[in-house]
Amino acid sequence: MSPQYWIEHYREVASAAGILFVAGLYCIVASRNLLRIVLGTEMMTKGVTLLLVLAGAVTGRVALAEAFVVTVIVLEVVAVAVAAGIVIGVYRHHGAARVRLLMEMKG
Amino acid sequence: MSHVTGAVLALLALTALWTIQTSILRAAIGLAITSALVSVVVFQMGAPLAAVFELSVCAGLITVVFAATISLTRPLDEAGKARCSVRRKRRFSPLFFVAAAIGALLWASGYALEVAAPAAAAGTATSRDLLWSARRLDLVGQLVILFVGVFGVVVLFKERDEEKAEEVAR
Amino acid sequence: MSAYLLLVPVAAVLFLNLPHFRLATRIALAVAGVVCVAQGLAALLVSEARWASAVPPALDPSRLLAVSFPVDALARVMLLAIALVGLCAVLMARYVREDRECAFRFANLLLLAVAGMNGIVLARDLFTLYVFLEITAVASLVLIVIERGRPAFEGAFKYLVLSAVATSLLLAGLALLLIVSGSTSFEAAAAGLRAAQGSKLGLVAVALVLTGLAIKAGVVPFHGWLPDAYASAPAPTSVLLAGVVTKTTGVYTLVRVVDSVIGYPAHVRHVLLAIGLLSIVGGGLAALGQRDLKRLLAYSSVSQVGYILLGLGAGPGLGVAGAVLHLFNHAVFKSLLFVNATAVERETGERDLQRLGGLQARMPVTGATSILATLSTAGLPPFAGFWSKLLIVVALWRGGHAATAAAAVVLSVLTLAYLLRLQRRVFFGPLAAPLAKASEADRWALAPALLLAAITVGIGLAAPWLFHTFLLPVESIL
Repeated sequence: MSPQYWIEHYREVASAAGILFVAGLYCIVASRNLLRIVLGTEMMTKGVTLLLVLAGAVTGRVALAEAFVVTVIVLEVVAVAVAAGIVIGVYRHHGAARVRLLMEMKG
Repeated sequence: MSHVTGAVLALLALTALWTIQTSILRAAIGLAITSALVSVVVFQMGAPLAAVFELSVCAGLITVVFAATISLTRPLDEAGKARCSVRRKRRFSPLFFVAAAIGALLWASGYALEVAAPAAAAGTATSRDLLWSARRLDLVGQLVILFVGVFGVVVLFKERDEEKAEEVAR
Repeated sequence: MSAYLLLVPVAAVLFLNLPHFRLATRIALAVAGVVCVAQGLAALLVSEARWASAVPPALDPSRLLAVSFPVDALARVMLLAIALVGLCAVLMARYVREDRECAFRFANLLLLAVAGMNGIVLARDLFTLYVFLEITAVASLVLIVIERGRPAFEGAFKYLVLSAVATSLLLAGLALLLIVSGSTSFEAAAAGLRAAQGSKLGLVAVALVLTGLAIKAGVVPFHGWLPDAYASAPAPTSVLLAGVVTKTTGVYTLVRVVDSVIGYPAHVRHVLLAIGLLSIVGGGLAALGQRDLKRLLAYSSVSQVGYILLGLGAGPGLGVAGAVLHLFNHAVFKSLLFVNATAVERETGERDLQRLGGLQARMPVTGATSILATLSTAGLPPFAGFWSKLLIVVALWRGGHAATAAAAVVLSVLTLAYLLRLQRRVFFGPLAAPLAKASEADRWALAPALLLAAITVGIGLAAPWLFHTFLLPVESIL
């Protein structure tokens, strides 16, 4: 599919990316469970990945966008692994992975 | 718009919305399904390598990491289980309506995408060539972050002697 | 030769992790220290033109990495700051001396974080910037939880979430810029933005990028993560975080992106000025009411970054030069304050201002260097802080923002107020009874304190001379 095709039909993909982004943001702000917050982070990343590939398709630079996406995925995997480790660490200290416990830090 | 792509995108939206309001384990599975659907869309847009990465890493590896973490952070007693009810803070629901309104406005406005002129030589290189030539520095970055990840896992998960003694004493 | 800035720290990490290398745990901190000193000397002594040619091509790995890394004056300032604060963090790690395993991991992670920050400073492409931002963020995250204390996990989680949101926003803006300009390198993106002057897509892209970087910089209203992260991190990490990580990942990237990509259109400048003022006021007021020593210093950081943004908002030339000088000065005096806070916490076991007092008699050197840092932060002559604030105020005045300039001067009083309160509470006054056994910190903590104090005084005294050799080149390339 040529760039021209995607320039005309970008709205569907952009909306999907937007929904992923907003869903992720919702998970982050409205969750009680720490792990769901991390899930929201992942969801936002997925939305941005879709946006990147759309950008590549629209400008005809799919190869460049693909190279970007591969790097982003590798970086995000490490970030998620460390995030999961931190959630486990919070759990070990508090006995549960709940957001309300983090509100103990005042000021 | 090819029907398949349209259907996949619709499914994507539905899955994402489902993911955010079920229990955490189902949400992890929902994330995996969402990743798989994103992978299909990305493939249809002409980026097969990215699609494979998305499928194997995001839909595979990350789901495993989430599942492992969920099993490690399950509350042990009944009181803990009771606390983990699936209630969401209702006051954030308006976020969705606002976003939907903005999205509908944008869609209806018929905004024509202003795009940069396609580069002349851009069509010839594949992503593999680009990764190893023009974006080699990003590869170095990936290597460095793998080191950071290794140390992160060691710091976070390696048991230390005092903690073992604490466990034994309890 | 600038490729070595990335390769040397990574090679050091590899070296320290060779199998059967039992000596590694003992020399890890020393190796990290040596790398920092080498980087500092290189940044100080090698001029911009010679960076490219100082090493013969046979030994130059830049071809291996397929990218060229021009080092300009701004990059040199940042490299020096990174090396300096890195060295102080290593010395603090030696001072705190938990156990050897922990020190070993700290040294490795510090080297990786330094590699990440060097990458940020050398990047000339938005995506490369993102890659090294992510590396630095994850490395700092692990550094925060390195001792696995309970508050550390909470502070780290907040940092994690906001950093992830900032990264997503930055990437989204990057994708839009890719649409607008077809490439992510600084020049191409700048050319694309200029060519697409009235485009809404460009505007949204710029807004996304600026928001993402503002979250990383910890300015109001995105500063929520900063006090928790700084206060809950173990001592050497908080020195590194406060001194240089936030500056590099947030403030430097803002300066570089605004300067190289976005340019200085009027609405961007107004936003920067507004956020700058908000941060100065917000950070300062919050710092006034704090009881915890480290949280007070964290809010002070928020406030000072506001000044840097004011300088940036004043426009290219004098404003940016002032902003960069204040960035460096802040790295120096904030690190000094954190070093001393760590010494106080270590020797007395207290961080609560209500329970501290009268330590001047017991810890004279710490107290004296702390006073110097206070005066420099508040912008009193002849210390370094005075000159950078002067530049920023003059730039604002000349740019027609007289009201903002006046506000900046008046708000210095706020800075002086909370810092003097800290000084009075911790060092002056009668010695609180439980602290009677406190003694001066040992040489590992005094060395960085004295070094940083000497630098802040030295820059202040030598400012007129430095202005010609150091700042005018910064101003001219920017």
